[in-house]
Amino acid sequence: MTQMTDPTGAPPRPPFWNDPKIRAIVFQVVVTLGVIAVGVYLVRNLMHNLEVRGISTGFGFLENRAGFAINQSLIAYDQTSSYGRTFFVGLLNTLLVSGLGIVLATILGFIIGIARLSRNWLISKLAAAYIEIFRNIPLLLQILFWYFAVFLNLPPPSEALSLGDAVFLTQRGLYLPQPMAQSGFGWTVFAFLAAAVASYFLVRWSRRRQDRTGQLFPAFMVSLALLILVPLGAFMVTGRPLAWTVPALEGFNFTGGLSVIPELGALLAALSIYTAAFIAETVRAGILAVSHGQTEAASALGLRRSWTLRLVILPQAMRVTIPPLTSQYLNLTKNSSLATAIGYPDLVSLFAGTTLNQTGQAVEVMAMTMAVYLAISLVISFFMNWYNARMALVER
Amino acid sequence: MATLQKQADLLPPVVSTGIVGWLRKNLFDTPLNAALTLLALYLLYLTVPPFLEWALLKADWSGTRSADCSRAGACWVFIEVRLNQFMYGFYPVAQQWRVNLTVALLVVLVLPLFIKRFALKRWLAALILLVYPVIAFHLLVGGSFGLVHVETSKWGGLFLTLVIAVVGMVAALPLGILLALGRRAENMPVLKALCVAFIELWRGVPLITVLFMSSVMLPFFLPEGLNFDKLLRALIGVALFEAAYMAEVVRGGLQGIPKGQYEAADALGLGYWKSTFLVTLPQALKLVIPGIVNTFIALFKDTSLVLIIGLFDLLGSIQAANSDTNWLGFSVEGYVFAACVYWVFCFGMSRYSQWLEAKLHTGHKR
Repeated sequence: MTQMTDPTGAPPRPPFWNDPKIRAIVFQVVVTLGVIAVGVYLVRNLMHNLEVRGISTGFGFLENRAGFAINQSLIAYDQTSSYGRTFFVGLLNTLLVSGLGIVLATILGFIIGIARLSRNWLISKLAAAYIEIFRNIPLLLQILFWYFAVFLNLPPPSEALSLGDAVFLTQRGLYLPQPMAQSGFGWTVFAFLAAAVASYFLVRWSRRRQDRTGQLFPAFMVSLALLILVPLGAFMVTGRPLAWTVPALEGFNFTGGLSVIPELGALLAALSIYTAAFIAETVRAGILAVSHGQTEAASALGLRRSWTLRLVILPQAMRVTIPPLTSQYLNLTKNSSLATAIGYPDLVSLFAGTTLNQTGQAVEVMAMTMAVYLAISLVISFFMNWYNARMALVER
Repeated sequence: MATLQKQADLLPPVVSTGIVGWLRKNLFDTPLNAALTLLALYLLYLTVPPFLEWALLKADWSGTRSADCSRAGACWVFIEVRLNQFMYGFYPVAQQWRVNLTVALLVVLVLPLFIKRFALKRWLAALILLVYPVIAFHLLVGGSFGLVHVETSKWGGLFLTLVIAVVGMVAALPLGILLALGRRAENMPVLKALCVAFIELWRGVPLITVLFMSSVMLPFFLPEGLNFDKLLRALIGVALFEAAYMAEVVRGGLQGIPKGQYEAADALGLGYWKSTFLVTLPQALKLVIPGIVNTFIALFKDTSLVLIIGLFDLLGSIQAANSDTNWLGFSVEGYVFAACVYWVFCFGMSRYSQWLEAKLHTGHKR
């Protein structure tokens, strides 16, 4: 016998080139070396190319004067501001359009998703048509359509469409009256905050009382009343310290009031309409995922229909809906970068577009831009994992 | 003594059968539903007739100049005049048969795959994946076999959209599978970390920054003087981007396979590659066919983004035609035409995936 048997009875070890552990180590070493080699090669090329073209590396350019105008900025900005400032202007504009888009798309998406499940044949088919039409047309096409075919075809300021001579819609944008807080308005804000704190404690108290005695207290209605009536009372008592500046036609355009540039309008319309179609499908799938037995069990317990929906179906539907819903929000945020096609000054169009072209600092600018989007998606996916862990079914 | 006599059955009440019954049951069963129905009908009345009037009844269908359009309705003359450009971009007219032949060849080769009883599917698939790309490349680019060389900067229209979409799909699927397998390799932590980093990096940034990077930054990373085609750079960007999404879809499928399948393959003494390609991966792919098709649909729509880096795909050539001074004011027609084309492709793919899903669903149905 040539093969030795192990005295403990364990099978003989395979030759080392067949041992999965050793193979795994060798394979990983090879892959790592390959990645490092490619990385070193690329970075050396980069260094060489930058040197040849005389581009300095580093983030010093962020302090230089930008010298171009931006048509929408949430923070103070003028042509003497620095390139670093353009980064924050772009970032805030991206967050603005994403935030507004998420709110609008959620509202529209939930309405369409619930309409899709309606027992009314016509409503359900209309919702289905909406979903199938808008989901299957590229977002960029929709953005271009809203901008070039809708917003730029609106009447010029001299023939503006107006609503009660306060709201004006023209090809230069939407003009709204702007509320101006005057001295004493702080009391209204203070009253609102006080009401919010009071209703928080009220809800806590009512829940404890229900746990102890079983008695219900209409906490929702009472806190809603608190939140509306207390600030309103303070507003009235202090003599209504709020003035409105109404936009007015002066020369070739409107001045005063809040203005919404057409780029923002077009981007917002396209983003919310497109994403709403996906959200509607998510909502529908979530509600359908709750098994019919749950509804039947709730009826067997004698729960009212409205309670069945609120206490049994929706909490379970949300567990299925929230993760894809979050990824739709993430998609919307990333898709807002298509703004660059119509010139809305978002992060990509402003910073990775204009600033990059003027400074030529491609590597730094692209790295900063991508880092922002990566950070946003990491934050959102951390939130999603936290939520999933909290909501996951605890089984055996 | 009275006897019980059978009377003829009464017909069901007229309000519960036929059209009236259907209407009462589905549209007017509660006051709220009745109100909603009327509201929906009013909305339809507001939108559909004006659109049909614009698109069909008052539209102009024939002519050669913008003056031939009355502007009372849609001017489809604009589309007719530009149709060649919307389909082929600036591909020389005399050479367009090469594009047609390439597409026709693909259709002829792919069709037998859908025939259930066709026995040589494996060989045909190998032919399509290995031989066809070479033929297509030589046909489209030219410069050999007596064909005139056509630069990729002249490619455009729907043809370019299809090239990007098909190349993206063919490249993204195998790459995505490899990435997913790497991410699932628990015994190789370094490889797993690399795959996770790659996937999350691409999934975390918008495609537009990837395309910017491939057009602005890639030249910096290549040796001096080596500069390759703009289209190829866009293709690489699109393929890597979609591969990351594909990897997540495939990973979902691999996670959905019961652990017993992996253990059974191990128990049979199959090695890693055999157990993956013969046992687990086929089941996983079957499980996520809808997800794969959804990624393909997303890819098809995403191809429109290449217009931002200056390639003239279908949307890009329409955008270019819209700014033609002889044809100002017909952008709506252009967009509607493009929307219809994209919609037909995407809707077709989504219907196909639903059909497949129903066909492959072997569990219980309610």
